[in-house]
Amino acid sequence: MSRSVELRDHRRELYLFQIRLAVAGAIVAGVFLMLLIRLFYLQILQHDHYQLLAEQNRVNIVPVVPHRGVILDRNGVTLATNYAAYTLEITPSEVDDLDAIIEELSALVKITPKDRRHFEKLLAEVPDFSSIPIRTRLNDEEVARFVVNRFQIRGVDINARLFRHYPSAEVASHVVGYIGRMSESDFAGLQEKGLAYNYTKSDYLGKVGLEQHYERVLRGVTGYEHVETDATGRSIRTLRSILPVSGNNLLLALDAKLQQIAEDAFGDHRGSLVAIEPETGGVLALVSRPGFDPNLFVEGIDPAHWKLLNESPDHPLNNRALQGVYPPGSTFKSFMALAGLELGKRTPEDSISDPGYFVLGGSGHVFRDWKKGGHGIVNLHKAIVESCDTYFYGLAQDLGIDSIHDFIGQFGFGKLTGVDISGEVSGLLPSRQWKEQRFDQRWFVGDTISIGIGQGYNLVTPLQLASATAILANGGRIFRPHLVQHIQNSQTNELETVEPHPVAEVRLQPRHLDLVRDAMVDVTRPGGTAAWAGFGAKYAFAGKTGTAQVIGMKGQEYDEELIDERHRDHALFIAFAPAEAPKIALAIVVENAGHGGAVAAPIARKMIDYYLLGVEPKAPARRAASRESDGD
Amino acid sequence: MINLLFARLGRHLDLQLLGIVSILLVIGLITLFSASGGSTERIFAQLGNIAVALTIMWIAANVPLNYLSSVALPLYLAGLLLLVAVDLVGLEVNGAQRWLNLGFTRIQPSELMKIGVPMMLAWYFDRYESVLRIRNFVIATILVVIPVILVANQPDLGTALLVAAAGFCVLFLAGMSLKLLVGTALVGAASLPFLWSSLREYQQQRVLTLLDPMQDPLGAGYHTIQSTIAMGSGGLFGKGWLNGTQSRLEFLPERSTDFIFAVFGEEFGLLGNLVLIVLFMLLIGRGLIIAADAPTMFARLLAGGVTLTFFTYVTVNMGMVGGLLPVVGVPLPLISYGGTSLVTLMFGIGLLMSICTNRRLVRT
Repeated sequence: MSRSVELRDHRRELYLFQIRLAVAGAIVAGVFLMLLIRLFYLQILQHDHYQLLAEQNRVNIVPVVPHRGVILDRNGVTLATNYAAYTLEITPSEVDDLDAIIEELSALVKITPKDRRHFEKLLAEVPDFSSIPIRTRLNDEEVARFVVNRFQIRGVDINARLFRHYPSAEVASHVVGYIGRMSESDFAGLQEKGLAYNYTKSDYLGKVGLEQHYERVLRGVTGYEHVETDATGRSIRTLRSILPVSGNNLLLALDAKLQQIAEDAFGDHRGSLVAIEPETGGVLALVSRPGFDPNLFVEGIDPAHWKLLNESPDHPLNNRALQGVYPPGSTFKSFMALAGLELGKRTPEDSISDPGYFVLGGSGHVFRDWKKGGHGIVNLHKAIVESCDTYFYGLAQDLGIDSIHDFIGQFGFGKLTGVDISGEVSGLLPSRQWKEQRFDQRWFVGDTISIGIGQGYNLVTPLQLASATAILANGGRIFRPHLVQHIQNSQTNELETVEPHPVAEVRLQPRHLDLVRDAMVDVTRPGGTAAWAGFGAKYAFAGKTGTAQVIGMKGQEYDEELIDERHRDHALFIAFAPAEAPKIALAIVVENAGHGGAVAAPIARKMIDYYLLGVEPKAPARRAASRESDGD
Repeated sequence: MINLLFARLGRHLDLQLLGIVSILLVIGLITLFSASGGSTERIFAQLGNIAVALTIMWIAANVPLNYLSSVALPLYLAGLLLLVAVDLVGLEVNGAQRWLNLGFTRIQPSELMKIGVPMMLAWYFDRYESVLRIRNFVIATILVVIPVILVANQPDLGTALLVAAAGFCVLFLAGMSLKLLVGTALVGAASLPFLWSSLREYQQQRVLTLLDPMQDPLGAGYHTIQSTIAMGSGGLFGKGWLNGTQSRLEFLPERSTDFIFAVFGEEFGLLGNLVLIVLFMLLIGRGLIIAADAPTMFARLLAGGVTLTFFTYVTVNMGMVGGLLPVVGVPLPLISYGGTSLVTLMFGIGLLMSICTNRRLVRT
């Protein structure tokens, strides 16, 4: 019995075992089926996705930065160029201990704390697998020293890279501007404009000046190399490459030599100058003093230099030509005179007897002339030559603010000129509506009187004043002032001319123009306010002096010696020459320099002497001592 | 004469098993050649491993069954002793103590337990064959748990898992009641939180990474991401032998060893995978048939246990490469480069052959 039980148990056990074995077999089949389903999902359903991922793994798309276009002046002088230099670069993904490697490298080449900071900044920004410069511009000795030791340093290489260079340094710095490494906001801006495709986040782009305004032209088109890389980021081979297209070159209307002479002529003075070719609107010189060395910015400016530039009371980073606003002072009188003639409020013969002040009818308010005792009998010609205030007070009253605003507005005052550098401000040509909106106050006749001599609410930029002077010089044709004359295609060398045609015209009668011009020529002759500057000029030198008050001197005598330098008046001067067929028109503001005739006019003379006659100034700029002919 | 010699030598070899194993070994060599970047050095090293493993297999196949059952207990005890020894004087490699230096060679005692545990259980159940009570199953469970804990403590989660799986398979085949099985499973599940906290940080990371590989694409998730990319980009037909970019360009880590299946899948595609899986199924199927026909309880359980351990190996590795299971260090049987696991597996296959041919010999 027990035996049979055992036997039965044995059979039952065998049966149970075989059932369990069958179950196990079923589980095996089930699990393998699941595996196959998973593999089907990966290899068939998701194949395209993973194929793409594998390609992305394998193929690294390396952007090839195009050659940036160069910037040349009208005579082919280089203002911005690229040069190749060796950089020492580390590929962080191939290096275990960055600090140790840098330590090792600094035994071979000099690595400053600034270099290290720069490197660490880039390290945080730049994606993996790319190389980051630790030192730029290695000299031959450093290159040689590294190459000898290269075999023991992994993940470090020397590459030849292009660098932006501004050979003229401070000269024309506000015109050319500079490039710098892209910031987050720069990149966001490019994305907004749909241009981000042409850049990587470690690229450079124009930040200021022409470099910024013509970024699209100068940049070119980024090329790409499809490089097969292994898991450590080492390049195996190039699969395909799309060559970059070099950026186009900018050929400027600007004359670098003229620019240099102008900047030298300013000496230590702050201020601004814009010279325009009246026949084309091309900008011959654009000065904003003090300037800066744009080369400092290319690789990221160091904090010490930045502090110096940014916190200087002279504001060297401001482009005064576009952003500085000044009352036009007496330079405004040329345009007022033209308004009086054109609008029939004055004839050349109309004259007044100037007692040295002007009394506003009704209120009895007195407006003084700059010359105590007055200019005697004054007609339009004399009023310009001697810069008689009383004459223009009366004229302003007769014209009224509406006529002044509408007529003089045609010369571009109070409006952006549209010059090809960004950052321009519009200045101010006051009007009734403007005052009502700005101050919620009606316009008083008294407001009009000071407008007549370029004071009051009037504000102009040097660029506007130069542009208006050019319009006066060329007989009323309005050009958009432009620094770039031609864009040279880098592939075909074809030149594309920038705006050679006038965009609008101020209708002026030639005889009225001649009257104003003749008077302006006499300004630089004996008896005029800029006679000293015009002495011995071999061409008809038309000009008009001006003085802009920095602080109001109510009823007080103005004494230059007694007040703080920065509170002195700004000296202004507008000019064109030769008067009969002007080749150059310009406007100058010298900050806190007193009267226009003494400091500003000689700068114009030097420039025009060079531009028309090729005569270079002999001695460095010297502050004028003569005051015989100054005045306003 | 020579024929006779071969006949004698091959008397205990199962030709079906040997055929399947040979095909798999050849596939392994072909894949290894690609995975190692065309290194003949690797191929020769692996050929050496194969030679040793085949010898072990032949020896195992020729050991009589009753002798086998008599070494089960000593083998198990020796294994336990060695595991304790490893804990005390073992070599630390990659942050885990798994190796024991015997002077002339280094051995991994945990490897021994992959066969030692099922053998011990088979012997134990065979001994109490007629009077199996719940008590026996409890004792058997303890026999499994002790080495598993020792191995997991090294820490070697992959091997611990395999040892546990081997023991579990034998318990299952021995007829452990479903209630008990479910109960054990529940206890296991309940102990998961404790198990979790006892895991090393890198092990926890591996499990977390499986849930979301993108969490740490360059760290812990890297293996899974790269292996699924390799597999998925292979498509239906694969990129062709030696043309797998994921392995050739070294994106795939451990491509000669644990992740060799990804190399295979990338280069031979879904069709290749199908062939490979069918071969493994044939091998496992043959093992189960041998188990079903085995003459004694010991032989049945040993054959079943060894076969299902082999199956666990394959599943865990493929599941890991396919991104279904966490990354644990389990090679793909007969394909991955490496000697230790190959020897263990071939020893197991030798046991299957021994069981199979013994029955045949008994009948004739």
